[in-house]
Amino acid sequence: MAKRSAPEVNAGSMADIAFLLLIFFLVTTTIETDSGLNRKLPPIEDQVDPPIIRQKNIFTVLVSKDDQLLVEEELADIQNLRSLAIKFLDNGGGVGEEACDYCQGERDESSSDNPDKAIISLKNDRETSYKVYIAVQNELVAAYNDLRNREFLRLYPNVGLNYVDAQKKYADPRTNLDDSVDLKVKLSVVKKMYPQKLSEAESGSK
Amino acid sequence: MSKFKKKSGGESPAINTASLPDIVFMLLFFFMVATVMRDSTLMVVNKLPAADQIQKLDKKDRVMYIYAGKPSSRYEKKYGSSARIQLNDKFATVGEVGAFILAERASKRQELQNVLTTALKVDSDTKMGLVQDIKQELRKVQALKINYTTRVGDYTQNLK
Repeated sequence: MAKRSAPEVNAGSMADIAFLLLIFFLVTTTIETDSGLNRKLPPIEDQVDPPIIRQKNIFTVLVSKDDQLLVEEELADIQNLRSLAIKFLDNGGGVGEEACDYCQGERDESSSDNPDKAIISLKNDRETSYKVYIAVQNELVAAYNDLRNREFLRLYPNVGLNYVDAQKKYADPRTNLDDSVDLKVKLSVVKKMYPQKLSEAESGSK
Repeated sequence: MSKFKKKSGGESPAINTASLPDIVFMLLFFFMVATVMRDSTLMVVNKLPAADQIQKLDKKDRVMYIYAGKPSSRYEKKYGSSARIQLNDKFATVGEVGAFILAERASKRQELQNVLTTALKVDSDTKMGLVQDIKQELRKVQALKINYTTRVGDYTQNLK
């Protein structure tokens, strides 16, 4: 009863095969970049009765064809854009019904009444380069996010997250249902305090 | 003294490579899971601008892609060097964007048709004129949710 062991399969080339497959996948695939700035375009139909918006509630940003920045008709540097936008949005100059009790701005009468009324109007030229335009958009979105972060931390210090992180957690499918329902309410409260009213107009100056 | 003598031969034993396939397979599976096959070959230069206030586009089946940029070097002779739009696998004019969006929308499931996002993958050296034309076309077909796809990075990288 001599036990005959089965001959061992030579697995020496297994590594080669696996390497071949690995290199094939490395070459043919790309790690996709699938994140960016979400925006909503305005619907095309002309409003019959456009709402009257007071000039002081509009914050105009124009990116010229030489990629220069005009903020409220004045030449500005992109480094200052975020703080200028925050100053405008958080001004809260309104009185009575239009007052803004959570704003921490200067309450300047010649600037916006409250964040709900404040509109940022972004205009560009056809010759503006895309990367500068994205940089400007990024800074304007950052202004909204900064303000929302501040309010989220003030209202819900127990959550231990700021607005942006809370939004990420809400979008994460691993978050359990109770948490995400809870977060949704909190997020929409803060969103309503600083609604993103950022208008991308059609081409301005020709 | 023979007690301390090595048995025979001073050669070191061969390294056991039996676990090498396992390691490589592990790497292989990692790459298979973490990456996505490109569904259309890029015919344009596509160096995306950087931004840091970004949101993720999580659901792949709800996204339509529009590429734009200069034709890449191998197409430069045929199509020139001014920025163009790429839809699926071919170059397109601005006028074709609307039809493309309608066709894409029709190919998606009914319940997704209202929640589609258009991802604009535009090269950073493109002029806004082309982007504006695309946006105008998108508005015409009521594809209002857009996403400027960017790299993760500080905005100052765009200013160089």
